[in-house]
Formats: sequence, structure tokens, C-alpha cells
Amino acid sequence: MSALAAPDAAPRLGERLRWTLSDASVIARANLKHWVRNPAAVLNLTLYPIVMVVIFGYVLGSAMNVAGGGDYREFLMPGMFAQTMAMGVMTTMTVVSLQTARGVTDRYRSMPISRPGVVLGRAIADVVNSGLELLILLVCGLVAGWSWHRGAGDALAAVGLLLLLRFALIWVGIYLGLALSPEAASAAWLPLLPLTMLANTFVSPALLPGWLGVVAEWNPLSATVAACRMLFGNPGWQGGSWAAEHALALAIGWPVLITLVFLPLSARRYRRLGD
Amino acid sequence: MNSYSIIAEGLGKHYGATRALDGFGLRVADGTVCAVLGPNGAGKTTAVRVLSTLTRPDSGRALVAGFDVVRRPAEVRRRIGLAGQEAAVDEILTGRENLEMWGRLHHLGSAAARRRAAELLERFGLAEAADRRVRHYSGGMRRRLDLAASFIRAPRVLFLDEPTTGLDPRGRTEVWRTVRALADAGSTVLMTTQYLFEADQLAGRIAVIDGGAVVADDTPERLKSLIGGDHLDLVVRDAARLGDAAAILAGAAGTRPVADQDTRRLTAPVRDRVGALTTVVRELERRGVEVEDVSLRRPTLDEVFLSLTGKAGS
Repeated sequence: MSALAAPDAAPRLGERLRWTLSDASVIARANLKHWVRNPAAVLNLTLYPIVMVVIFGYVLGSAMNVAGGGDYREFLMPGMFAQTMAMGVMTTMTVVSLQTARGVTDRYRSMPISRPGVVLGRAIADVVNSGLELLILLVCGLVAGWSWHRGAGDALAAVGLLLLLRFALIWVGIYLGLALSPEAASAAWLPLLPLTMLANTFVSPALLPGWLGVVAEWNPLSATVAACRMLFGNPGWQGGSWAAEHALALAIGWPVLITLVFLPLSARRYRRLGD
Repeated sequence: MNSYSIIAEGLGKHYGATRALDGFGLRVADGTVCAVLGPNGAGKTTAVRVLSTLTRPDSGRALVAGFDVVRRPAEVRRRIGLAGQEAAVDEILTGRENLEMWGRLHHLGSAAARRRAAELLERFGLAEAADRRVRHYSGGMRRRLDLAASFIRAPRVLFLDEPTTGLDPRGRTEVWRTVRALADAGSTVLMTTQYLFEADQLAGRIAVIDGGAVVADDTPERLKSLIGGDHLDLVVRDAARLGDAAAILAGAAGTRPVADQDTRRLTAPVRDRVGALTTVVRELERRGVEVEDVSLRRPTLDEVFLSLTGKAGS
């Protein structure tokens, strides 16, 4: 039994870092096993993008115009990529609120576990999951006639921006997941979905009525979408507003700002859970 | 080293206008099992949360395994295990994978985590179900797996919050056996429960909690004698004979029984359980008082509360 006794001394920095990485990989692997073993989740993951591309690209797309001209499906796909990243916040939120309701979060908090490790594990699992979703969606896009036109380097940069947005939203997901019950968390798509559409995802903000256009221009999602359209060489990224002119800077700035706000908020919420 | 694994003094915690803890004080000696007994809302869970570093108290002080829960929470966490009211198990993983995961998170190497998982599955009677997904486990099996997860490091102090809530009698017996095994392995156990018989089964000491404070803290034997031990219940067939039956029961119990006219039921606390029962049955027969039911039972939590606090428990 002596080998099992917990170490009495507090670990040093190097050791703490090692445990952070170890804890993160244990948690990430357990979470990824979930998706692999849950046929419904895998099906959802693959079917959702296909259904969305068919509905928006073909059913609604036939009646859509792109401001400044261009093919609608070429215009649409970067919007779909970013929307999928944004809706990924639901996954984070649902898992965190379920774990909190089931006492898993309390057990983490009662253990000498690395707290950054818990969060890092969550982040790795979510980014890998969303990356996979993005990959499937990219393939769907290629099948539907979308493509990138500015070389692999720019295309990869666009993928990087999409994952950066997803990474920033992990903190929002953790914060809301700790605050909401699983029931409330699973209903959160209701306000979330319109937020992903009040942007340049499906239509050009220039075509929207005045104030709505302004909201859509400044939606953080719009920055990522516009920057991706630019980097992929897809139509419809040009716009008259300041936000549209500086899309690339905003596509980095918004996620950084979201992280700066929600990372400390969720850390605080985690520390004070139940106070 | 002190000889108490848990020392709580004057703990207070309020949520808005509700005082969850109000001067909670308790000492639990090394290697013993202490049950915190009380109805819903008495402050049991808050007490466990404060002692296991999950919630910061507003006032008072607590040492667990020799360390202050507010000032040295990291030291406390190295020495405790916690099983909450919900089994914190992962339904999609197998029992073995669950324990291996918690083992790795307790910083055992992968070989050590595998070994420890196998050992705990064996010890808690889960070896056969080890490679089945937890989704297919019964309530009792889940709870046992959860207890095993709290015991990975053989912690000095274990906190179990209502470990049998929601279980059927069989699951409850399984969990009791597990709690005894944990205590035998040397951990100090603080468990909460709503049931006197459960506290009686497992604990060497019972702290009765009401309104966020401990109102009695004693051995089960002394606590029971304090509240009059077992109760003898009689249901008389003919309401007209209730008076005769009450006189017989009073004679055997030494106190006046509580009578309920509507159900024709009489209840009195008795000290010498078998002696009282024999006397009552013999006298009832001798005087020709017909009864529908005679039973000996433990006092309910309500009766404990009534006698300790002068008010109903729930």
C-alpha cells in the first residue's frame, strides 16, 4: 500500500508541468473515446454538415445572391465552416454541465489534480473533435464545387483561424457549462443558432436592413468568415465597413479578446463552484 | 500528530438568507467511521463540501488530516477521497477504464494504474463486470465503482455523501459492505445519511445535525438509549379495546404509549425489546385483546429528531 500513498510534498514546477500534460492527455483520451463509442455522435458529426450543405447550398442557394457577384456555394462554405466551429460551443457546454451535475467536476476539484490539465484536456478533445468535423465539411464543400484558390498556405491559415475561433469558444462553453444545468445547456442552441446567422455566414451584411447589417458586420463570427473567404479566395469578402476592411486582424483579435475575458471568468467560476 | 483526522469548529456557511451551516463543530478520531445524520436541508452536504475543500466556509475553521481546509487546500486534497451523492462514473467507459482513468489522474504510472484498478475491482466485487460499460451496471454497482474511484490512493480521510441514496435494499447492502471494507483498510470515514439504521450499521459514532449544527454526537448505543431504544407498535382489532391495550403496553414499556385512534395504533419506546414483546403478547392473550399487528422497530429519524430537538425532522 505504501506505493499508493500520495506524495506528501508539493511538487516542483517541472513536475507540475509534467502532470499538467499527463492529466490533459488522460482526460482528452477519455473524451475522445466517448465520440468513438457513441454511434449517434459520429452520425451526427457526419450527417449535419451534409444536410446543411444540401439545404443551404442547393435548396436555398438557388435563390441567393452574393454582393459583388460570384458563386453562392463558393460564398457559403466559409460561412458554414465558421458556423460549425461556433456551434461547437454546445459540445463543450453540454459535457461540462453534465460532468458538473454528475459530480465529476467536484471529484476533480477534491483531487490533487492539475487544474490547467483538466481544462487543457477538455480543450484538446474539443479542438480534435471540431477539427474532424471541419475536415468532413471541407470534403462536403469540395464535392459541392467549393474550392480554395490561393494556395495551400493560405488555405491552412484559414483553417487555423477557424480552429482559433473554436478554441476561444471553449472558454465560453466551460463558463456556461459550469453555470447552467444540463437541461438549460441543451436548450442553448435556441439563442445560439440565430447568433451564428446574424452575421455574414449566409448573406452579405450589405444586403441586410441598416442596423441589422451593422450587427452582422461586427459579429465576431463575421470576421472569421470574411478572413476565410479572403484566404480561400472565395467571393464576397470585400465590404465597405471598417470591420470588413480589417477582417484578418479582427479574426485574430476577437478570439483573443474572447479568451482574455472568458478564460479568467471560467477559472474563477471553477474555483468558486458551490460558494 | 493529533489523533483526530477531522476537526471542525464553529463552521458557518450561508447561501443568501439560508444558513446551511450555523456553528457546525465535530471531531472525528483517526481510523473511525462517523455518520452525520439528518434530514434533507440540515446541512449535511454543505458540511462535506466544506471539509473536502469544495466550498469555502464564511466562518469557523476546519482541519482535515492535520491541514486547514481554507489555507492549505492542496495538502488536504492529497489526503482525502470524495464520493458525492451522484456516482461520478463515466457511463461510456468500462468499469476498468474508469478506475484506470482516475488512477492516472491520481498520478499513478500506467502500469500501477492498471494494477490498482484490477485490485479494486476484485476487492469491491466488480471483477466480473470489469470490462462491461458502466451504462449496463446496476445502481449498486455504479456506487461501488464510484467508491472504488474515491479510494484509489487509499486516502487518510474519505467523505461519502449519502452513499446509499436511491439504491434498492440489495444495492444498499453491497455499498455497506464496501464502506466497511474501506474503513477496515484504515481510512477515517465521514459519511452522511438520512437513515438511523444505516448510521447504526456502519458508524462507531453518530453526529445528529439540525439547522446546520450538530445537536448530538455520540455512540449509536448511547444515542439510542437517549431516545429510548426500540419501539413496540400494536394495532388493535377493535377500537373499543384501545384503552386496555394501552394499559398493557404502558406496563411493559414503563411509559405511556402514543395512541392513534384512526389507525388503532399504539407506540411506545421499550428498553428490553424481547422481554417487553413477550410480556405484551402474553398479557394481550390473557385479557382477550385481539391485535392485527405487533412489531418491534428502530426509532425513525423523525422520532430521533423529536426527542433530540423537540421538533419533527422533516
